[in-house]
Amino acid sequence: MGEKTLTRMDLSEAVFNEVGLSRNESAQLVESVLEHMSDALVRGEQVKISSFGTFSVREKAARVGRNPKTGEEVPIHPRRVLTFRPSHLMKDRVADGNRKK
Amino acid sequence: MIRSELIQIIADENPHLYQRDVERIVNTVFEEITEAMARGDRVELRGFGAFSVKKRDARTGRNPRTGETVDVEEKFVPFFKTGKLLRDRLNGLENTEEE
Repeated sequence: MGEKTLTRMDLSEAVFNEVGLSRNESAQLVESVLEHMSDALVRGEQVKISSFGTFSVREKAARVGRNPKTGEEVPIHPRRVLTFRPSHLMKDRVADGNRKK
Repeated sequence: MIRSELIQIIADENPHLYQRDVERIVNTVFEEITEAMARGDRVELRGFGAFSVKKRDARTGRNPRTGETVDVEEKFVPFFKTGKLLRDRLNGLENTEEE
């Protein structure tokens, strides 16, 4: 597994093959999907894509961390992190697709 | 935001496209990502994040109710790591370098 890495280009190509648009416009639309999702998350909204999964923003409190190499204590500021929870459908498809035959 | 709202926003921005085509475009993006992971591939979307598949080793679990041990087979699970640009934007740092 981990055979290949897909990028925006592969997603654009899939959109190009699916709908009768130019490659350029297909690429712009893929970008637009990612941008609108990002903007919603930056506003603090949850992004819930049925049968795919849910992206949510979580607030993390400040804490004292430690540099594992030097043992030095470093303050970690409160921050917002993004978590992705895959849908059951995605989990099943990924589990089934990668299961050893 | 849910899938239909995302489709609506993009449809509104692209009045020259049929709504049903916008629907197909948005669905294709998510379908491609899921299919890639089902094949064991990664999807790296710079600035947004990367989807990959992680292996969970087989283990001996325990039924928390009965205390009985159960064998859990190895399995593969979807994983998402947020991209640097989006992580920074979530924390109000707008103009940082792309990873």
